[in-house]
Amino acid sequence: MYTFSSRLKTFSFVLIALGILGIGYSFLTAPKTVEDVEKILAAENAHGGHGAAHHDAGNAHGEDAHGHHAVSHDEAAASHANHGNDAHAEADHHAGADDAHAAHDEHQEHLEHVLHQLQNKPWSALYIAALFFMLISLGALTFYAIQNAAQAGWSPVLFRVMESISSYLVPGAIIVFILLVLGVLDMHHIFIWMDEDVVAHDHLIQAKSGYLNGPFFLIRAAIFMGGWIWYRQYSRKNSLLQDDANDNTHYKKNFKASATFLVFFIISESIMSWDWIMSVDPHWYSTLFGWYVFASFFVSGITAIALITVYLKGKGYLEYVNTSHIHDLAKFMFGISIFWTYLWFSQFMLMWYADIPEEVVYFKTRIEDYNLPFFGMLAMNFLFPVLILINTDFKRLSWIIVMAGIVILCGHYIDFFNMIMPATVGDRWFIGAGEIGSVLLFLGLFIFVVFTTLTKAPLLAKRNPLIEESKHFHY
Amino acid sequence: MSNKVIHVLYNDDDILMDAVKQTRAAHHHIEEVYTPFPVHGLDKAMGLAPTRIAIASFLYGLVGLSVATTMMRYMMIIDWPQDIGGKPSFSYIENMPAFVPVMFEMTVFFAAHLMVITFYLRSKLWPFKDAENPDVRTTDDHFLMEVAAHGDVDKLISFFENTGAVEVKVIEKH
Repeated sequence: MYTFSSRLKTFSFVLIALGILGIGYSFLTAPKTVEDVEKILAAENAHGGHGAAHHDAGNAHGEDAHGHHAVSHDEAAASHANHGNDAHAEADHHAGADDAHAAHDEHQEHLEHVLHQLQNKPWSALYIAALFFMLISLGALTFYAIQNAAQAGWSPVLFRVMESISSYLVPGAIIVFILLVLGVLDMHHIFIWMDEDVVAHDHLIQAKSGYLNGPFFLIRAAIFMGGWIWYRQYSRKNSLLQDDANDNTHYKKNFKASATFLVFFIISESIMSWDWIMSVDPHWYSTLFGWYVFASFFVSGITAIALITVYLKGKGYLEYVNTSHIHDLAKFMFGISIFWTYLWFSQFMLMWYADIPEEVVYFKTRIEDYNLPFFGMLAMNFLFPVLILINTDFKRLSWIIVMAGIVILCGHYIDFFNMIMPATVGDRWFIGAGEIGSVLLFLGLFIFVVFTTLTKAPLLAKRNPLIEESKHFHY
Repeated sequence: MSNKVIHVLYNDDDILMDAVKQTRAAHHHIEEVYTPFPVHGLDKAMGLAPTRIAIASFLYGLVGLSVATTMMRYMMIIDWPQDIGGKPSFSYIENMPAFVPVMFEMTVFFAAHLMVITFYLRSKLWPFKDAENPDVRTTDDHFLMEVAAHGDVDKLISFFENTGAVEVKVIEKH
């Protein structure tokens, strides 16, 4: 049995406390009124700080088209690709009006726009971290389901680690669900399509409102999360019962449940990615988005399994885990990193090549306003893992796995950051107290929940029919 | 200098593995082992040096990447620039996303084919080559270990008979 070391427990509480402080600070310092924003912008201009150039009349907020139609300005957007749709919408709107008046209106509108972005920022930071850590545990759960459904012989010695990581799914999903409910209740504005004023002036969202509406959105979320949590609890229960069983009944039940779960998962995961991530840009869509999101959190889940396995092995637990198991996990980290890149690039290249304004605006915002995180994540999620994990011997070294794993996890956090932030805060992004605080909070919670679950059962699924093969697994 | 070798035949891969370990422990020189299928861990038991084909493959991939880049830069940018989909080909780096699929495919193509060719050359395999295995049974269900016969041959024969061999022969190699 594993005992949760008090140092690690204290560490997780410290992370939670620091996280709450950071989040609290980011909410308290978010501007409340237009006047606050005016001061912030004045200060930025005085310092000649970053982004000052953006805040002249034609602000370039890219696809962050609050209430404006990207589609109705196809031609304008195409011929003036350097400006965002907002600028054109506003420019067109004021074309015939009195110049001085228009300038004032525009300034006022811009201030409100920045106010909304800055008010969105702490919420978005919280949402990204909550979603990311929940999806890590979902990724580990999927990996576990695949091992069960494939009747894999190498992995049963790692089952308890996977089950513990997936235990975070319960609190994680509840937190994300609460955040979604708060959105529907108008407490935050991450999802612009939930704002009735916006929908009233946007015929594209109106056409989608049969799908994108509060109640249906929450019903879908409840069904998906409920299904995942049900499978997690059911498979864990069977796995524990199998420990003391005389036959393979519980193992067979898990096999069937896992196969069913995988079918349910790949459908619900795809829809989940449209609902919770893609719909922050309600005008934009990509048909392989679900796969892309899946690859991102799947590799993060596998990385989490590898990191926790290496940690436990280092503490002298998991006596049957040998370097071949670590090697296999590292191969998955390597392979799924390439798979992620393949999907990321497929999505990028088609849109880049076709150059259709309402599509390409997604990447335009990211390359112009998010240049460093956008290309930095490519280095962290593709170049670094590929170059370091391509070597067979490196895949067996703990410190390489830990280093590559941390880079991969940070890289995929930035990936989710890039999916959400451009739509909710535009060019007002910054990795500050709110973002770091949110990550620390959920990391602390994740560590606490996962390691508490590890103490609840023996670390070896001793009666699993494939356990002998797994113990002697040798590459 | 005698060219005598001993051919020891086994009918099970586990017995073969144990025999290989015993032979090496007794400091007899194993020239070669012929098996009907790849035996897991045999290379380590025989003490063969780890393969370097992975390094070769990586380098071949880099060659493929370079060939693809050079080829496309010449074709699409220098020799005959075209305007495809509103993207004039005046710069390789600006049109890079369009070239990535070819860069990837050529990398894989070079790595895979050159790796296979390297493997054949290193294994001295080529078309119409006569088979090297000394006993046809090694293509069916027998495992053959070829050991250099130095010193007391009779002692060696009795040693190998004790390793679970089904047959031990002394062969004069030319």
